Amino acid sequence: MDKQATRDAYGKALVELGQLHDNIVVLDADLSKSTKTADFAKAFPERFINAGIAEQNMVGMAAGLAAAGKVVFASSFAIFATGRAFEQVRNSLAYANLNVKICATHSGITVGEDGGSHQSVEDIAVMRSIPNLSVIVPADGVSTRLALFRLYEQPGPVYLRLGRPALPLLYKDDTDFQIGRGIELRQGRDATVIACGGMVSLALEACRILAEEGIQVSLVDMHTIKPLDQDLIIRKAKETGAILTVEEHNIIGGLGGAVCEAVSENYPIPVKRMGIEDVFGQSGKPDELMQYYGLTVDKIVQNIRLLLKKK
Amino acid sequence: MKEITEQSVTITTEKARQMRRNIISMLGQAGSGHTGGSLSASDIVACLYFWEMNIDPKNPGWEARDRFVLSKGHAAPVLYAALAEKGFFPQDYLNRLRKLGSPLQGHPDMRKLPGVEASTGSLGQGISWAVGMALAGKMDQKPYRVYALLGDGEIEEGMVWEASMAAAHYKLDNLTAFIDNNGLQIDGRVEEVMSPLPIPDKFRAFGWEVLEIDGHDHRQIMQALNTARTVQNRPTAVIAHTIKGKGCSFMENRAEWHGVAPKPDEVEKALAELS
Ligand SMILES: Cc1ncc(C[n+]2csc(CCOP(=O)(O)OP(=O)(O)O)c2C)c(N)n1
Ligand SMILES: [Mg+2]
Repeated sequence: MDKQATRDAYGKALVELGQLHDNIVVLDADLSKSTKTADFAKAFPERFINAGIAEQNMVGMAAGLAAAGKVVFASSFAIFATGRAFEQVRNSLAYANLNVKICATHSGITVGEDGGSHQSVEDIAVMRSIPNLSVIVPADGVSTRLALFRLYEQPGPVYLRLGRPALPLLYKDDTDFQIGRGIELRQGRDATVIACGGMVSLALEACRILAEEGIQVSLVDMHTIKPLDQDLIIRKAKETGAILTVEEHNIIGGLGGAVCEAVSENYPIPVKRMGIEDVFGQSGKPDELMQYYGLTVDKIVQNIRLLLKKK
Repeated sequence: MKEITEQSVTITTEKARQMRRNIISMLGQAGSGHTGGSLSASDIVACLYFWEMNIDPKNPGWEARDRFVLSKGHAAPVLYAALAEKGFFPQDYLNRLRKLGSPLQGHPDMRKLPGVEASTGSLGQGISWAVGMALAGKMDQKPYRVYALLGDGEIEEGMVWEASMAAAHYKLDNLTAFIDNNGLQIDGRVEEVMSPLPIPDKFRAFGWEVLEIDGHDHRQIMQALNTARTVQNRPTAVIAHTIKGKGCSFMENRAEWHGVAPKPDEVEKALAELS
């Protein structure tokens, strides 16, 4: 299977969008080679603004540019874009409901060797709690590109969570990708896995393994964490009676939290959350860290088995 | 006023050379990490650990110790090299830089490694820690001194100037901040990416005593430390002109060596230059 990092797809899609629309402006904070906005900077130097190592000012400037009519894409690592600049995102972008897309790369533990200080495991939770702000976590390069095109068409503030490692390509260019609509990748009546980001391809593999034993599991790529596709979640809860959520993020407040909120208020059934279990990350190779923190195909299979016993 | 002798300069020079060798070796082993900014800061850090600071590797929690905060936390290898050389932990720890479970994290973690005074890596935050430590020293009337090392890209963070304002406001003459003025950040030259220039004037305007030195000249570094100890009622900023990648000719002054580790053949070449 072909692979591509979502950040690479982002860099390329930005250039495509830049060619189509000259009101697009891209900002970065001294990480353009890593976030891949360097591609846009090269193609459209007059529409690229490097804020330097000053994420708060980057987000503040993004607000001003958007208020003056630009469509702004601003990038840094997830930890700095959502952490250092949190309150600027909250007050300058979301409160004012401005057309700025915070597209942050290097989310989660697959940042790898840089270690815990650079591995954001709480960004979905904090961004999701801000009114007006949409939160999107694409699972592959193709859907990253599609998400970006949709985001351009849809005014308003967005947090797009991207990653560092190459991920298998799951989709085709003509996939029907809608913001706020989860994608059902597999249908099965025994349980449902709801995953986002890089965990979707692992979950797909887990579902295939279980299918060989006759256990039929539904899989939803919940690329939009907010606005959440409640209808789909409730339907799957009714159809399958058990849900496993999988994310490269703290089990508190992220996809798992969002799904639990929807399920417990509407159709309570057993839910198990898989993710980082409320600890910080550390240095290591991305694959080793995924093993260490239990984000593997095996663990997904195991958790689905345990969940089936609770039905 | 500490005497600057021929012998002390010989010692710190030798320590800096050894530290640079260890930086290259540990980064080579790790296969990733920040080479350029570790090498540019080696002379400053060597003078702090092997001439200036009052510290005891046998007693890293000693209350009266001087404190060093590596605000530019990505240069962790230079700190690890100094701490190992000083005896805070066995030298063989250096082989496990950035490996799973290692106390030598990609960015310094004070809960994992003795001698690390602050968990840094998010640029801008370390200088505020240093201000806090200096404030505590004043409150408790402890004679210890606090040292911070910042990058010249790092000072683009607004937080650095909030900290600088506070340090001057509280008259923290027990605080000395070195700016590793190597002229480069990740995306290129600092004056091209987001100019922080003129750096000395900015710190002066914020109420600091400002010194400008060659950050690879050990006598000048020691002289600056001597001066800083005599300054009263305000913090001292030492703008140290340095060369990113200093000591390895093929890395010097090259932005692309910011965040990559040397490959085996490059390690060999670098160690030969540092022998
Ligand atoms: C808040 C924050 N933003 C971005 C980064 C990513 N980053 C790491 S090093 C670096 C460049 C630092 O340049 P400089 O301070 O000049 O360091 P030096 O040249 O001494 O290595 C950046 C942007 C970070 N670590 N922290
Ligand atoms: Mg620099």
